[in-house]
Amino acid sequence: MSTLRVSVWRGTGEGRFQEFEVPRLESQTVLDVITYIQRALDSTLAYRFACRVGMCGSCAMTVNGRARWTCRTHVDQVAEDGRLEVAPLNHLPVVRDLVTDMTVFFDKWARARGRFKGAKSRRDGFERVSPDSPARRLADAAIECIGCGVCYSSCEVVAWNPDYLGPAALNRAWTLVNDVRDTDNRARLSAVAGDAGCHACHTHMSCTERCPKQISPTASIAGLKRATMAAAIKGEI
Amino acid sequence: MRREEKLSTRAQVLLWTAQRASAAVLAVCVVAHLITVIYAVRNGLSAAEILGRTRGNAAWAAFYALFVLAVAVHAPIGLRNFLSETFNWRGSGLNIAVTAIALTLAMWGFRAVYAVFA
Repeated sequence: MSTLRVSVWRGTGEGRFQEFEVPRLESQTVLDVITYIQRALDSTLAYRFACRVGMCGSCAMTVNGRARWTCRTHVDQVAEDGRLEVAPLNHLPVVRDLVTDMTVFFDKWARARGRFKGAKSRRDGFERVSPDSPARRLADAAIECIGCGVCYSSCEVVAWNPDYLGPAALNRAWTLVNDVRDTDNRARLSAVAGDAGCHACHTHMSCTERCPKQISPTASIAGLKRATMAAAIKGEI
Repeated sequence: MRREEKLSTRAQVLLWTAQRASAAVLAVCVVAHLITVIYAVRNGLSAAEILGRTRGNAAWAAFYALFVLAVAVHAPIGLRNFLSETFNWRGSGLNIAVTAIALTLAMWGFRAVYAVFA
């Protein structure tokens, strides 16, 4: 049986890579490799996962230099000369080993006013939103985000400007800007505009290239740039 | 950074808008300027011949005044982003520095335009 040589980050922000040898199996995912290490080689290894099928977004890590979902990444796709390097996501504090503290990431969703705010009560009827309406189509294109942090970890602007809200929070804000039921858009556009918001984006498109859900946060951010520019010119923000 | 040192959100967005708008102007101005330079060089125009065409010519003066204005708007805003991202320099000191650069660029540029016009 062939083996895979795996370097795994150990420690917190201060740490080092530790080498492991893992049996190579057919259809093996990177998450399978990490799980094997934790169960058979070193039970102190900390990592995070839940669904194992690409629904929860918990298992994102940096694999051979790129942020990926480890559960949906086959070793075949990424191993170079039988080697893997697995590290925690970039741009987030490391709790231990492969586990990052996502607090900042989700706090930025709150700062971008990523929470729906409606005006109707349960006694009102359902809002009728045509699936073909332009706003609904724009929301649809961005709505499937599961908050895994791959885009945030891949974004250079987050590294340069720690206040930057990042692709995921801005993408979420864009879905609500296009939600005709939402009543908080004036405050939301103000929250996502400016030097720490959508205008900090350099359109590198790393988020779009790496998003496992094939969402384009870059397109959402471009939409926010247009909407906030119009609001600023009108004096609404 | 103290809160009062931050530009308002609206000002930040308008700076971004001004940079994009000035970029569009520059795209046209740079091409026209390069064509002018190539024409002058290929036809062997002397400095006196060039001045002969620009002196008193309001169209050339207006074109280069627009060019200078676009540069003076575009470059300092880009520099402000570059300095804050690369050197983590933010706040009023940065805004004062890039405003000074904008005024300097405008002053030098308009002086040059005046020199070939008057």
